[in-house]
Amino acid sequence: MNARISHLFAAVAVALVALIAMTTYWQVWARGSLEARQSNVRLVYRDLEIDRGAILTADGVVLADSVPGRLDGRDVFLRRYPEKGLAAQLVGYSSLLAGRAGLERSLDPELTGATSDLAGVRNAFDRMRGDTVRGDDVVLRLVAAAQQTAMDRLREAGRAGSVVVLDPSNGGVLVMASTPTFDPNDGLADALDAPGSPLLNRATQGLYPPGSTFKVVTAASALDNGVVEVSTEFPAGDCIETGGQELCNFNGKDPGEHDFGYALVHSVNTTLATVGIELGEERLEATMADFGFFRRIPWDYPADQNLASGIYNRRGNQVPPGANVDEARLAIGQERLLATPLQMALVAAAVANGGQVVQPQAVQEVRAPDGSVTRRPQAVFLGRAMTTETAGELRLLMQQVVDEGTGAAADVEGLDVAGKTGTAETGEEGLNDAWFIGFAPASAPRYAIAVLVERTEGTGGDVAAPIAADVLRALSGS
Amino acid sequence: MNALLRLPARNRELVLIALALLITTAGFAAVQIARAEALSWSPLIAAALFAAAYLAAHVALRLYLPDADPYVLPITAVLAAIGLIEIHRIDPDLARDQGLWIALGLGLFVAVAVAFRDIRRLEALRYTCGALAVLLLLVTIIVGTEVNGARLWLRVGGLQIQPGEFAKILLVVFLAGYLRERREVLAAPARRVLGVGVPALRHALPLLILAGAALVLLVAMNDLGSSLLLFVIALAMVYVATGRLLYVGAGLGLFALGGLAALQIAPQVQTRIDGWLDPWADEQGACCYQIAQSIYTIADGGVTGAGFGRGLILNDAGGTIIPYAQTDFIFSVIANEMGLVGAAAVILLYLLLAWRGFRIATQADDGFSKLLASGLAIAVAFQAFVIVGGVVRLLPLTGLTLPFVSYGGSSVTANFAIAALLLCISQRANRERG
Repeated sequence: MNARISHLFAAVAVALVALIAMTTYWQVWARGSLEARQSNVRLVYRDLEIDRGAILTADGVVLADSVPGRLDGRDVFLRRYPEKGLAAQLVGYSSLLAGRAGLERSLDPELTGATSDLAGVRNAFDRMRGDTVRGDDVVLRLVAAAQQTAMDRLREAGRAGSVVVLDPSNGGVLVMASTPTFDPNDGLADALDAPGSPLLNRATQGLYPPGSTFKVVTAASALDNGVVEVSTEFPAGDCIETGGQELCNFNGKDPGEHDFGYALVHSVNTTLATVGIELGEERLEATMADFGFFRRIPWDYPADQNLASGIYNRRGNQVPPGANVDEARLAIGQERLLATPLQMALVAAAVANGGQVVQPQAVQEVRAPDGSVTRRPQAVFLGRAMTTETAGELRLLMQQVVDEGTGAAADVEGLDVAGKTGTAETGEEGLNDAWFIGFAPASAPRYAIAVLVERTEGTGGDVAAPIAADVLRALSGS
Repeated sequence: MNALLRLPARNRELVLIALALLITTAGFAAVQIARAEALSWSPLIAAALFAAAYLAAHVALRLYLPDADPYVLPITAVLAAIGLIEIHRIDPDLARDQGLWIALGLGLFVAVAVAFRDIRRLEALRYTCGALAVLLLLVTIIVGTEVNGARLWLRVGGLQIQPGEFAKILLVVFLAGYLRERREVLAAPARRVLGVGVPALRHALPLLILAGAALVLLVAMNDLGSSLLLFVIALAMVYVATGRLLYVGAGLGLFALGGLAALQIAPQVQTRIDGWLDPWADEQGACCYQIAQSIYTIADGGVTGAGFGRGLILNDAGGTIIPYAQTDFIFSVIANEMGLVGAAAVILLYLLLAWRGFRIATQADDGFSKLLASGLAIAVAFQAFVIVGGVVRLLPLTGLTLPFVSYGGSSVTANFAIAALLLCISQRANRERG
């Protein structure tokens, strides 16, 4: 029997040595490729060992920072959002369970001190064996005081909405508010199911019919293409017929005989629609494209959290330019035209900027842990949407909108606000999407603004314009 | 080293146990330092309890089995210590329980050593053991509770017992007794069918019943691991008794058929096989999550490991990243914190233990002792092979415990009983050679 016992022992020895061989394979041979797998949760945990940089506003308020904590007996850094929901959608979150979103995602390489995504993180692991890796701090152009005003006023409006303010000279995002909001400190499980989709950044992901605010785009195209002049006369009338259907003025009003300037200031649908027909779809859409429509606006925010403004079909898919739409309705911001608040702020900024379309920029500067500035973005211009002359004419007309037209409520003492209101029907009886877009001071604009309040009973002039006034007041300190 | 080898057996054992206790103390200290928790008495108490229990077991051996093998007990001490340290690292509360079970296991160790210091007493109980084993398994199947789809547990009062761990030992005792009785007729059968010797049915019937029972267990318990273990132990013992590979081949064929049948009716088995073939197919899914996390954990350790208490084992909720890290996946945790060096050392400790077991078998001079020692050695070694093979993806994953290392009262106490039986056999063999 002893010989057979020896055979058995030999078999056991072979089996156990095979275990050592397999373990060696994982720990020596396959180790590198396994550590680099994105699905390896260890990667995420390891990121916690990096002292992720802070995110601050231009006026020094900390929106996100890292505080030391403990996880499985090791020192880690846990993300904290001291201002809770103040700019939650813009800043986003960096969470073990939910991953990353917003600027926390797009600025991740700088916040973690890594130059490129994976290689950088792995290099960081090696350095980590010695010291804690510190990420860079990011200072935003956001102004916390004005952001707070925007959030407060949107909340008071009692409806979901958004406020975007850009600095026309450099594209700086001074305000980007979206309600309802969420507290990223609380984990995201609740926010995911909360009513009103608080995780959605309505400024960049909310698509709304722009209504009369779009008349600024139509006017820019018509004036630039020589289809009309400000002084071109139009006949009286409350309705016109287009595409076999009646198209009427707001509340069926007849403005009497008037010029094109009057039509824009008082938002005469029939006149703008007539101009749209004369202009034609092709030229209008070309101007839209110059303003940034039909594509995701490129800026330092995750591309997939930006939706393109443009024409959408009933299934919610974007229709490319040249799809043979009713240009009369397109010209007054209908015809399944949808725009984000950021896009409409860009329209206002282009007028303010003499026709130049500026690229939005969230970041003012990036600072290394030692305080030195590693990046200070320069202004980037995406192109020209209209001539300087056209922009000048629109500026005068938009001033009149606030001085004597529908946008009176946006007036701020001593700031000289120019703007345009919009009240777009939602298809639900009595509920409109209320808009105000504009800029100030009209002579030397520092702020370009878009305000949107969803599904309200009021008009753009009643609901959106006063919010714009308060936010502009907070920004200018008056 | 030579000085050590010249020492009397029991003194050699004492030196080695002292070394194991040193590892225990150092390991506990390392975990405490790494985790920088407030120093508490609980690990010290656990280490002290551990030391006291082992020294008591050693004294019992001096009294009752003075000539028994001096390496078995120290090997179990190192394995149990590594397990205890890693369990403490996962959850100090679990380590307190495990410390208690090790003490309890060593109590059973002493009891078995005293009761069966003349191993022939056990041979007389072979049929009782066989009946008891079948009874235990039947009770488990009928009134057992299901955990993760496998029906392996028996709830007695507040305790959960895994009767399979004890049934395994009882079956080995029965098989050793039965095979010693019938080994001549099984090895050289009088009848020949198609030129192949086939034993008379009355000799082979108990074996066939056993094989059938294992297959029934496979289906009823829904657990590939336990039935594979029982089957392989039986085949190994039949091989040692008869030397006929025919039986081994026929047995393996039967098991393969049973396994295929189980695939059809037991979805858990199919899931485990899927995860084994391709763990990356659905990393978050039922097939693959555990095995994928196990591989990540092992790979993360590298050659030298993260160090006791320094690996990444717990998640932010305080649980373990791999489910059942303290039981089924304790080897993955060891590989993470002790690296390839430590993982290979643990496997080599099982090889060492198997070597002592088979050596005891060869030195014994009666058939029952030889068969019993072989069966016990293969029980420990093959169980370690199946569960480690599962977590390193050499084999499909099964829910077996790692002997002496995994958390669990039934597993720990049953394995100490195995160690005691091996030493009883060794005592008789060594005393008779003088």
